[in-house]
This record gives sequence, C-alpha cells and structure tokens, in this order.
Amino acid sequence: MAVTGAEILIKTLEYEGVDTVFGYPGGAVLPIYDALKESSKIKHILVRQEQAAVHAASGYARTTGKVGVCMATSGPGATNLVTGIATAYMDSIPVVIITGQVSTEMVGTDAFQEVDITGITMPISKHNYLVKNVKDLSRIIREAFHIAKTGRPGPVLVDVPKNVSAQLTKYNIPEDVDLRGYKPTYKGHPTQIKNAAELINEAKKPVIFAGGGVINSEAAAELKILVEKTSAPITTTLNALGVFPETHPQSLGMLGLHGTPYANYVVTECDLLVGLGVRFDDRVTGAVEKFAPNAKKIHIDIDPAEIGKNVEVDLPLVGDVKTILEELLPLVEERENREWNARVEKIKKEYPLRYGETLALRPQYVIEKLGELTRDKDVVITTDVGQHQMWTAQYYKFTKPRTMLTSGGLGTMGYGFPAAIGAQLGNRDKLVVAVTGDGSFQMHMAEMGTAVENNLPVKVLLFNNNCLALVRQLQHFYCNKSYSAVDFSGNPDFIRFAECYGAKGIRITKTEETVPKLEEALNNDSLTIIECVVSNEEMVYPMVPNNKGLNEMIHFEEGEDNGR
Amino acid sequence: MKHTLSVLVENKPGVLTRVAGLFARRGYNIDSLAVGRTENPEISRMTIVVEGDDRVIEQVTKQLHKLIEVIKINDITEDEHVHRELILIKVNADPAHRMEIMQIVNVFRARVVDFGRNSLIIEVTGDEGKINAIENSLHPFGIREVVRTGKVAMVRGPKHKNGKS
Repeated sequence: MAVTGAEILIKTLEYEGVDTVFGYPGGAVLPIYDALKESSKIKHILVRQEQAAVHAASGYARTTGKVGVCMATSGPGATNLVTGIATAYMDSIPVVIITGQVSTEMVGTDAFQEVDITGITMPISKHNYLVKNVKDLSRIIREAFHIAKTGRPGPVLVDVPKNVSAQLTKYNIPEDVDLRGYKPTYKGHPTQIKNAAELINEAKKPVIFAGGGVINSEAAAELKILVEKTSAPITTTLNALGVFPETHPQSLGMLGLHGTPYANYVVTECDLLVGLGVRFDDRVTGAVEKFAPNAKKIHIDIDPAEIGKNVEVDLPLVGDVKTILEELLPLVEERENREWNARVEKIKKEYPLRYGETLALRPQYVIEKLGELTRDKDVVITTDVGQHQMWTAQYYKFTKPRTMLTSGGLGTMGYGFPAAIGAQLGNRDKLVVAVTGDGSFQMHMAEMGTAVENNLPVKVLLFNNNCLALVRQLQHFYCNKSYSAVDFSGNPDFIRFAECYGAKGIRITKTEETVPKLEEALNNDSLTIIECVVSNEEMVYPMVPNNKGLNEMIHFEEGEDNGR
Repeated sequence: MKHTLSVLVENKPGVLTRVAGLFARRGYNIDSLAVGRTENPEISRMTIVVEGDDRVIEQVTKQLHKLIEVIKINDITEDEHVHRELILIKVNADPAHRMEIMQIVNVFRARVVDFGRNSLIIEVTGDEGKINAIENSLHPFGIREVVRTGKVAMVRGPKHKNGKS
C-alpha cells in the first residue's frame, strides 16, 4: 500500500499511542496537517505561538508520564520552539518535536522560511534528525520516541522537508528499534549497591536528597521505603517536589538557594548524602566547595555524565533509580537513629520558614492557603519563574509526584500557563492551577484563547506587583538597591482581560478575602484568573548569596521583612 | 596531559558537527581530530587528541558517549599503539640550499613531492616527535606553509577495537 510521508508520519504517531499534538501550521507542514486532519485518534491543539506548544507538550508529558508531541512549520515556526526545547532539555522531559522544512532540493539555499533547525537545536536536544528519504521516516519517528523516553529522558526533534512528507512510500512501520550507539544502563553494579548499603547503614547523620530522576523513574514508593527504613531526613530539588510528601515529619522540603533554612543547615551538617536522580546543580549546592563539606556522597543517576560533573562523589552508582532501589532496599537496615533525628528536629524548630505579617496581602500566605485547600484533591500545580515560583516551592507542601511542574533548569518565564494547558488536556478530571506573576504571565497570556477553545477550566493564580520583583530582589542585594528596568506601568486590568475572553476574573486584595475567594475560584468550572494584588517590596527568604555556602544564607528578619 | 581517543561513530552526515560542537560548547580543547570510514562502510573512526587532566577526559568521554551516533570510545593513550601523522611542508629552496634540504629529507625518510622554482613540497609521515623534528630542521630555510592531517592511531596486536574480534 502506498501512502504519503505525511500519512506514514501520522500512522507512526498513532502507533506510538499519541492522542494529543500541540502545534501551529504553516507552509512547510501543509502535507502533515492535511494527513493529521484525517486521524481519528489524534487531537490537534492549536496554540497561539509555537513556544507554547512545546511547553504544553512538556506539561502533558510530566503529568501523564507519556511522551509529549508538538509540531511547527519551518523557519520562524521552528525558531520559536527553541526556548521550549531548551526548557524541556534542562529538565529532562520526554518530548518529540516535529518541524517542517523546505524541500530537500532547496535546503541550503536560504529559501523562504528556511532555517537549519537541526543545527540550532543540536546543543539543546537529546538528539535530532533531518529526514532526507521518505523510506526512513517511520523508523526515525520510532527512534525519536524511543530516545525521548528511555534512559535520561529529553526532547528529540525530527525535521521533515516538505517534499519528503508529500512523497509516496510503502506503508511500513518497523516493530523494533535498534540503535547500536544508544544502550542506557538500567541495572546498577551489584558491588556498588552493596557498598552503598554499607555506607547508608554505617552513617550517623545521613540525608537523602531526591531529584527529578526519581519522578522520571517512577520510584516514589521505593524512595518512601528508603526514607522510613533509614529514618533519615529527606530533601528534594525544585523539580522533585512532591516525590515525597512534604507533610511527612521526615521531610525537609526543598534544598538550595531559596530552600528551607533547615534543609540547608541539615545538609551542611550531614555525614552522608544520598543523591538520587539529581545533578547537583549550582542553585542547589551554593558554593560547591562548601557544599555538604563533612559528607560522603553517594550519587545514583542514570546519566553517567552527571557523576562527578559538579560535585566529587565517593560512591557513584549508574542506573535507573527504581531498579537500583529495588536491589538496595533489602540490604538497608531498619533503624531509628534518635540522636540525629533529635538534632534535625531542633534545627527545624529553630529555623522555620518565615514571612512577615505587616503588609496587607502576603503571597506566601495565599500559597499556604492554596495548599490547604487543594492538597488532598487531584491537583496539578504549575509555576512560572520568579518570586511566586520560590514561594510555591516553599509554602505549598506538595505530597504527590507529578503534581508540581516548573522550569527548574532553564528558568523559563512563560512556562507555567501553557504547561497548565498541556496538563489539563492530559488530565481532564484534575484541578490544574498555574501560579504565576504579572511578568511571566504576559509572556504567554495569548494562550487564554487556546484554553477557551478547548474548554479548559485552568485556574491562573496571578501575583500582580507591577514589577519583575525577583530581578528587583537581585538588584536590591547585588546592585545597591538601584532598580533598573523592573517596573511595569502598562499592565492591563487582568480581571477585564479574563472577562474579554469569557473567562472569570477574581481579585484578592486583603488577607481575609483569600480563603473565600480562592474557594470560589477553585470550585467553579471555568477558566479563571485570580489576581492577588501584592507589594513589589516582598522578598524571598532565605537566600544564599553568590559564592556562599548553604549555611551562610540570609534569613528573614522581623521588621526588615520587605525590600524597601 | 594529552589523551588519544579512538572513537567509532555512525558514518552519517552531521556526526562530525555533533562531536566538534560538543567540544566547543563544553570548552574542551581538541589538539587534533582525524576522521575516515573503517572497514565497515557504515562506521567511521575518529582519532581525537585532547588535552586535559583525568577529570576533563572523564567528562569528555562521558559526554561523547551521550551522543546517539557514537558507538564506542577507547582511550588508547596507555595502550601499546602505532600512531602516525602526515604533514606537507612547503619550504623555501633556492638552488643554493636545495642539496642541504634534500639531505634533511633523506635523514627523516621524507619525500619531495613537488619541485617549484624556489620552493619544495615535502611529505613526511611519522609520529609527533619526528614531525616536529623535521619541521624544526627546515625552519631556517623558511617554511611557507604547513598542512597536517592530525594523528591517526591503531592498537598493536590482534586486539580489535570495533567490538568484534
């Protein structure tokens, strides 16, 4: 049976179980969109700008555990994807990106809407392909999915020239994928596992440190057993929030630059740090030579290149976190470790997370209340990038994996709302809340149209201070309070903005309004913007200054609770 | 310290760009890179000489491994191996100095491959030491141009580095 390249492409997507594709059409993808229209299995979600398509695919992937898929045309369509691809790459999110390309005979001639997107995305994708022969197309799509979701996940781009998608070929989808240069290691080395168990059993002051790899490997249950068996306190990265319930007494919350004070102190004191699916990013370690200075470090990760990249480790263990934990757990002794836990409790009591009470409406308070109202529901929280992101990480108290979506690695403003759209499309029955700020939201607020078109009751919790206040905070500390280019005087009225899309708009200006208005918003069935009017002088505490150790953080102090 | 990496890659377009791009963006220094296909036309071999301490070499190797089209990497620095480089040198040679230059060429078992009015092109094959030595010897006459292939290397004995024996 002869089919076009575009048809075999769509058939292969169906074969991979794809039900949703985010994208934006254009000249070079005309044949693909023509074939897509005929598919009864795949729903296409038309976004307003291509970058949002990648973020939405990422939100879809992170909440469903499946590969997210997005599409764009050649040239500007492809270049608009770039920030989204880099965002997914830094957070190890499985996404397959299909771009159109000018016809093969035009490639290299600077044709209209031609850009070398495989060249551009080489450093920000796990792998990419330029399909030159239609016979290779279905095999390449299958390889792209295989690479995206196995090993350390990541984005894979497939660039399909227009004549390739229009050409006729034999209907043939290969069953097996075989890449001789790509064989990720899943099983840990048995001797190293034994050695790791010994270190864990001998440690007097152990701390467990979980990252996004634990979520990717679906190892939350095994992690919980490890934590409870060892009685060790556990801290996580930003991207791993929710992998262990933060309401559990052994949880220390997030570690790092704006981590909890107690996590930062406890890690500095510990004598063993067990890193699981982490990459010891600079936002987590602070000054690397002062990071957990007394600790032996075990590093378990599926990507061998992460071992020893940022931090010297004493015991490397390459493999899949879940597979390794399954073998490690029987060797770990159950114990109480009263002395260390008493010390941890003392630090937790002495240095809690704190914020001031003098200003009218505190964003930290709003997020605490959001946590209380939604934690037990089937909920997904996404954030943008800025102060609200850090407060969400600190005060929400996540309890389940895949419920916190944020751009942790690249720090991409504008991620939250499109990611929430993707999450809602993958989980129609869940409550999806995008926590954002006026700066971040304006980067992708045109996606309101996408949400309206698809009847998505996403809740946008928007902290409006008419300011890029995390940048303001940096300028407060590092530029002598000389504030440059951080104020917005032309923000829209966000309530009327919501209403002009037929969505609901609710404004919170006082503390006592918080709970009733949040309840009102969370219980309606519509797309809703909840605007919280807050001060731009608010600060995120604690804060580890540049080149300082985690224990040298700046704390919140009463009376100095805002950045005047 | 200089390390010699023998890297088997898929013989596909774009692989060299991936490898070179990786070195550039992670700040590793390539001393030389030679590439060509192997006895299997689907596979190419890159011989990469890279400068760095053990930690850098470990990262280089691991990062190279992450490239899907890289099949196998061997650091053959410590192995017994034969290594060669080919260099073409265009040297000033007025008639008065020609004999002297020819003597140098003979000593190094090099070859004269082109005769110009006032210059010669000399082809030399050998290891780095020999090539540096002849370059130094020819220096006083005035070297106009040098082209080097970069080092290629092969492990001694029956051992194969292609994963098959």
